[in-house]
Amino acid sequence: MIHVEKLTKFYGDFCAVDKIDLEVSKGEITGLLGPNGAGKTTTLRMLTGYLEPTSGVIRIKGYSIDDNLLDIKKLIGYLPESAPLYHGMLVYDYLDYIGEIRGLETKKKMERIHQLADLCGLVGIMHKPIGELSKGLKQRVGLAHAMMEDPEILILDEPTSGLDPNQIVEIRDIIRSFGKEKTIILSTHILSEAEATCDRIVIIDRGRIVADGSTESLRKTHGQEKIINISLLKADFDTALRKLGAVEGVTRIENIDPPEPDKLRLKIVSDSADDMQEKIFACIKETDWVLVEFTQEVKSLENIFRELTKEA
Amino acid sequence: MPQVLNIFKKEIRDYFISPIGYIVICIFLLVTGWFFFATFFIFSEANLRSFFNLLPLTFALVVPAVTMRLFAEELHTGSYEMLLTLPVRLTDVIVGKFLAGAAFVTIMLVPTLAYALSVTFIGELDWGPVIGGYLGAVLLGAAFSAVGVFASSLTRNQIVACIVGMVICFTLTLFDRMVFFFPGRIVEAFTYLAASYHFENISKGIIDSRDLLYFASVIFVSLYGANLVMQTKR
Repeated sequence: MIHVEKLTKFYGDFCAVDKIDLEVSKGEITGLLGPNGAGKTTTLRMLTGYLEPTSGVIRIKGYSIDDNLLDIKKLIGYLPESAPLYHGMLVYDYLDYIGEIRGLETKKKMERIHQLADLCGLVGIMHKPIGELSKGLKQRVGLAHAMMEDPEILILDEPTSGLDPNQIVEIRDIIRSFGKEKTIILSTHILSEAEATCDRIVIIDRGRIVADGSTESLRKTHGQEKIINISLLKADFDTALRKLGAVEGVTRIENIDPPEPDKLRLKIVSDSADDMQEKIFACIKETDWVLVEFTQEVKSLENIFRELTKEA
Repeated sequence: MPQVLNIFKKEIRDYFISPIGYIVICIFLLVTGWFFFATFFIFSEANLRSFFNLLPLTFALVVPAVTMRLFAEELHTGSYEMLLTLPVRLTDVIVGKFLAGAAFVTIMLVPTLAYALSVTFIGELDWGPVIGGYLGAVLLGAAFSAVGVFASSLTRNQIVACIVGMVICFTLTLFDRMVFFFPGRIVEAFTYLAASYHFENISKGIIDSRDLLYFASVIFVSLYGANLVMQTKR
C-alpha cells in the first residue's frame, strides 16, 4: 500500500529524516514512535505530500508522489499535529466545506457529515465555532475532517497529545473501530498508546529507523532478559543466593531495595529462553522458606524504547 | 465543482463573517467620501474626477489590509497544512484566494455608486468617464489584490504582509511621480510601469488594450511570485 525507499529530508544542513525505508501493507495500524525531534512529523508530512523530500521514493498504491500528487491526496486523510482548523468556522460549516473540497455530492455529503458526527461524538457541538472548542473536541473535529471521504489511508500525527485520559481512550476507540479495514499510520511518543492501538511499531531516532515490528517481536528481539521477583520469609540472603544461583539459566540475583525487616526480596534475572518460573518454584519448594510473593516482570516497551533511543 | 470556486466561496464568506471586512469597508467609504465631498462644492463641476484621482492612493492603503490575511493567517495557525493536504492544487488555492480578495474590493466599490447618484441630482453627469472609472477601479483593485496575495505569502505575520503590500502598491502608484528628475526617455519607461498612469487612461473613458494588458501582467506576475514563494516552503 505504502512504499517508501531511501526517503531523506534536509532542512538546510540539518538532516531530519535519513534514508528511511518503510513498507506498510493494507489494513495495518502502524505506530511511528520516537523521541521529540526524531523526524516523525517530517516523515508523515512527506507521505501526505505537504513537504517535498530532498531525495527518495514514495509510492502510495502505485502512485508516485511526484507525478500523481492529487490522486494520492484523494486517498489520504490526514490529521496534522494539534489539529490546526479554521477557528472562525462552525463545526458544521467546516465539515461541509471539507465535503465540498473532497468532491462529495450534496446527498452523500450530508449523510457522511451525520455519520461522522455520531462516530466522533460531535452531535452536540455542530453549531459551535471551532475556536471555542476544547482541545479534545478539536481533535475529534480533526478526526472527522480526516475521515470525510472515507479514505483508504489515514495518517494521524500525535492524535492524542494533550488530551485527558478519558479523551485518549475515546480517540483510541475511534481509531481502532476505523482501523479494521483501513491502513493507518499514527505517530506518538507515548509508548502505552502505541502498544494499545498499533499492530506494528516503528521506532525512529534521529531520522533513522532503529526498530520495526509488532510489540511481541520487539520484545523478543530486544527484551531477552526475564525477571522474576520473589519475597521470602525465614530466609537469609547467602543461602538463597547459593541455592537459587545454582538453578540452570539464572544469571544474576539482586536484593530489591528498600529492604524490609524479616523479609527477603529478590530479583532473579535469567537469559534463558525457557520459562523459569517452574524451576525456581521447584527450588524454593525444597527449602522451608515461606513464599509470599512471586511475580514475573515483563520487560516493558519503555525499556526497549529507552535502550534504542538513548543518546550515543 | 472546480476547487477554485470552493476556495473562493470559503474566503469570501470569511470576509463577511469576521468584523474586519466591515471595518475596512467603513474606513474606505469614510476616506473616499470625505475627500470627494470636501472639494466637490468648491469646483462646482458635476463629475467624479476628484474621487477617481485619489482612488489609486486609497486603494494602495486599503487593499493590502483586505488581502493581508489570505495566506499569512493560514501560515500562522497552521491550517495551511490541512488545506494543502486536501485534494487541491496550489494554483487553485492561490487563484481562489486572489479572486476572493478582488471580489471583496469590487463589493467595497458598490456603495460609492451613491456618490455618482447624488451628483446626478445636482447637475448633468457624464456617465462615460464614470463607467470607465469604475472599470479602471475594478482592474486596479484586482491588480493590487494580486500584489497583496503575494505579500501575504511571504510571511506568517499579517501586519508585515500588510505593510509589504502597501509599499509595493504605493510604489506602483507613485512610480511616474518619483522619477521626474530622470531624463525624458527613462521617465517614459517608468511611467508605463505605474499603475496610476494606466488607471487614469481607463478612467478617462478610453479603453486601450495596452492598459488592460498592464493590469493582467501585474496580476500574473504577482500570483506567479506567490506560487514560487509557496513552492519553496515545501
